[in-house]
Amino acid sequence: MIEHTDQGPLDRDGMARLVARDIPKGSFVNLGIGQPTRVADFLAPEQQVVLHTENGMLGMGPEAHGDAIDPDLINAGKIPVTELPGASYFHHADSFAMMRGGHLDVCVLGAFQVAANGDLANWHTGAPDAIPAVGGAMDLATGAKDVFVMMTLFAKDGSAKLVKECSYPLTGLGCVSRVYTEQAIFHLTADGVVVAETFGTTLEELAQRLDVPLTGAPQ
Amino acid sequence: MVEIATDTDEAVRGIADGSTVLIGGFGRAGLPFALVEAVRRSGARDLTVVNNNAGNGTTGLAALLASGQVRKVICSFPRQKDSFVFDELYRAGKVELEVVPQGNLAERIRAAGAGIGAFYTPTAVGTPLAEGKEVRTIDGRDYLLEYPIRGDVALVRAHAADPMGNLVYRKTGRNFGPIMAGAAKLTVVEVTEVVPLGGLDPETVVTPGIFVDRVVATTPHPQEEDAA
Repeated sequence: MIEHTDQGPLDRDGMARLVARDIPKGSFVNLGIGQPTRVADFLAPEQQVVLHTENGMLGMGPEAHGDAIDPDLINAGKIPVTELPGASYFHHADSFAMMRGGHLDVCVLGAFQVAANGDLANWHTGAPDAIPAVGGAMDLATGAKDVFVMMTLFAKDGSAKLVKECSYPLTGLGCVSRVYTEQAIFHLTADGVVVAETFGTTLEELAQRLDVPLTGAPQ
Repeated sequence: MVEIATDTDEAVRGIADGSTVLIGGFGRAGLPFALVEAVRRSGARDLTVVNNNAGNGTTGLAALLASGQVRKVICSFPRQKDSFVFDELYRAGKVELEVVPQGNLAERIRAAGAGIGAFYTPTAVGTPLAEGKEVRTIDGRDYLLEYPIRGDVALVRAHAADPMGNLVYRKTGRNFGPIMAGAAKLTVVEVTEVVPLGGLDPETVVTPGIFVDRVVATTPHPQEEDAA
């Protein structure tokens, strides 16, 4: 475990940079809508990561601007994107077979809550007047070999989002392997929650603020 | 045999009230705007619409919803920043909603076209969307039983067709088109261009014409600047 106490918590780009750093070379990766999309900005070409978008493309390039915008070429967030050399297109059943069939190495998702056992809640707040919308979140959570979550460690009301048990409606069971927050990176293992790095805080301070048993990663 | 229709009204003729209509597209990409607009003009009512979303802006599927012709929407992601037409109808209790995880939606449609009676999928196990569904443990893992979604009609946008009804698509506009084409009793396709026989390389055909009933050439829908 590394405790970075000489700096403050990470900003959003800082979190995205560390997620990108930890994606294994040559991975097929799906980046969820919103914050996780930023991870693409920090992937190095030598990592040779291939981006998947669930609406039917591998080899997705950066966001399209100006004349490069093509209404038939969008990402899962419905943002115009570009294609890289070696890209491929496919229909929706194939796209989700790539997840469910265990072909997708990593997906990066946002979350409302993650439980210590890897349960994920990220599609519904449970508010009675909310219109339910799940998209591909459950398929990604269940299908990708590794699910990395990017989120703030605490909600606006101060409650922890890494919890013993999710109170929000679940997206998937036991699926999250890592949680990247502004204060720490957590690895969710069979032996419990392991803190890999802290930012502007310490394991001891985190242990006081979270209702989840924590251990430091071996050096 | 495939019919090459002269206009979109002819292409969608005969859609009965109460039909289940599979509509291709992901957001605006691959949405058969001209065919959806023709269905709106046809006045067919009490429709169950299957699409990934529930309409964007005020055109296409949103216009069909606004005209009160849709009883139920089956989709994965209704709520978007420009889904105000659906949002209002839903909150007013004027349209039913069945939310299906996107991959289960795709596989249920694919299964219908492939003659599969039902299938077990791990997606949504342990979530609220599993309620009421049979769970089976296979090799130590839990799966949900899901049934096919069949359409009376499928409306699909492709890039080009030949007179046999063979189709090619453009980029991510492909999305649900190939699986919906097989899943309905009547499949109607709008294309940018109908090419002469021999004009499509058989090696690159994505949807073979056996899945297609009617084709009509239309100009692509102009995109709105609030694309979301």
